[in-house]
Amino acid sequence: MLQIRIHGRGGQGVVTAAELLSVAAFEQGRHAQAFPSFGSERTGAPVVAFCRIDERPIRLREPILAPDVLLVQDPTLLHQVDVFQGLRSDGYVLINSHRSLGDLGIGELTDRFDKARLITVPATAIALQYLGRPMPNAVMLGGFAALTGFLSIDAVAHAITGKFTGEVAMRNIEGAREAYALVNERLSHRGEIPA
Amino acid sequence: MMKQIEGSEAVAEAVALCRPEVICAYPISPQTHIVEGIGALVKSGALSPCAFINVESEFAAMSVAIGSSATGARTYTATASQGLLLMAEAVYNASGLGLPIVMTVANRAIGAPINIWNDHSDSMSQRDSGWLQLFAESNQEALDIHIQAFKLAEELSMPIMVCMDGFILTHAYERVAMPSQEEVDAFLPPYEPRQVLDPDEPVSIGAMVGPEAFMEVRYLAHAKQTMALERIPEIAAEFEAAFGRKAGGLVRRYRTEDAETIVVALGSVVGTLEEAIDAMRDRDVKIGLLSIRSFRPFPLTAVREALQHAKRVVVLEKAFSVGLGGVVSTDVRLALSGIQLHGYTVVAGLGGRSITKDSLERMLADAVQDKLEPLTFLDLDWGIVNRQLAREASIRKSGPIAENLLRDLGTVQAKAP
Repeated sequence: MLQIRIHGRGGQGVVTAAELLSVAAFEQGRHAQAFPSFGSERTGAPVVAFCRIDERPIRLREPILAPDVLLVQDPTLLHQVDVFQGLRSDGYVLINSHRSLGDLGIGELTDRFDKARLITVPATAIALQYLGRPMPNAVMLGGFAALTGFLSIDAVAHAITGKFTGEVAMRNIEGAREAYALVNERLSHRGEIPA
Repeated sequence: MMKQIEGSEAVAEAVALCRPEVICAYPISPQTHIVEGIGALVKSGALSPCAFINVESEFAAMSVAIGSSATGARTYTATASQGLLLMAEAVYNASGLGLPIVMTVANRAIGAPINIWNDHSDSMSQRDSGWLQLFAESNQEALDIHIQAFKLAEELSMPIMVCMDGFILTHAYERVAMPSQEEVDAFLPPYEPRQVLDPDEPVSIGAMVGPEAFMEVRYLAHAKQTMALERIPEIAAEFEAAFGRKAGGLVRRYRTEDAETIVVALGSVVGTLEEAIDAMRDRDVKIGLLSIRSFRPFPLTAVREALQHAKRVVVLEKAFSVGLGGVVSTDVRLALSGIQLHGYTVVAGLGGRSITKDSLERMLADAVQDKLEPLTFLDLDWGIVNRQLAREASIRKSGPIAENLLRDLGTVQAKAP
């Protein structure tokens, strides 16, 4: 079972992102369960949402305590909330930031994780470019598809069309594809550097 | 048709497939998405004919439901928590009058302290209201039980609460099989009321009944619930034949065959419990689960049959009777009259406290060794409890409890008094 935890702030579409992931997984024939952290969400307040993906029906209904994947939609949370709590040592981390991982100043937080699986993507900048709004959630999912390979970018795009319509859907898909390409490029670039 | 949708949306679509003619509801978390969903279906014309009535309170919601049901309209509403309490007087009237209203309770805690999260305190508070209470384990089952509920309610002319865990189910996206309109129409016949307010054939409904017949009217309500004990499994079997999947029924057993320890629970927590039980079975612990799907009527015989050969029973409850202990446990004990076994009540998940597989396994490991307290509060933070008790013992003006505990936890930054 794959467990994904998404951190962001109220208004950034954190819950929608988890729902989209579950729909994309469903369309790839998997069982999926998405749910919010059930807080009294307010704009700007830290928000968490979860998604489980498995080959068989999912019975577990506890919050995700030991995620395989972390999506951090707002880098200002890194110094406010323990977003890495419970992350598996071989877990994936995608952080929305225009900075590189090294420039984020979170070295001591990420030392115990596999650096090859940690990456940043400027999702807010991409969202501003394609949507004209700082809404990074769908864009991040493109990065997720590239980083983990667990879902295809086409499944993510299809899920977006189920949640949004018309131009909003189209632009979110373009943003997701941009993030997908960018993360793939950064990963391949890393591959050229000897470990 | 398979869909990946929110539990509330699944219930909204399923209720719409049942062709309700009147929907009256007042929004309250975590029920809101359900009535929003049905409201959208009425507005778009997908559900027609149907009157969606915005009311000013939950008391009005149930009052309108009583009125519309009495005119012979298939009637649906939904609520939670304080909303259910506000409509309580009318809740008793609906059952006393024998009106087959179907109501979703998106289970949520009751304040104070104010809390929007899940437990079963709300529907348990209406345990004796005369309504049937069916509990859903998953969103698929919630959807399926609503379709069964209209059929059962109308056959018996009794109202039914379909209880589904707030947020945990209502706000969870899961895969569900959504039946077609033709399938639901074939399963659920049009509503034929036993009593109807009709200007052409005037009757009155709701007579004052004195000591000469009150007990008999009340007994008949009990007799109907007893009949429901037979009809609930039959309707579940008819449903399975028509839709090809199991849902509803009185109880469901999981790995109980040779179980020395059986956990009894209701609602969505049984999924996490199954995971815990599988893990313990892998370690050769003989343990199983009994999910109670019909809480009212309470299936005494089915519960006794399932539990009678166990050595111990652990009743896991998301509510409790303050000053006594378990609510469900009391009923389970009645089902086990004359049978000697160890019985434990575990109160868990109050006000949305997470019930984790690890916590359940730890608690059940104690249970199988009979090291569990007869009344256990799962994952209770004894530190803040004892600090408050010490505070109250040492000073008279110890202040408001909830605020003190939040301050101890660091949630509230306010100064100590």
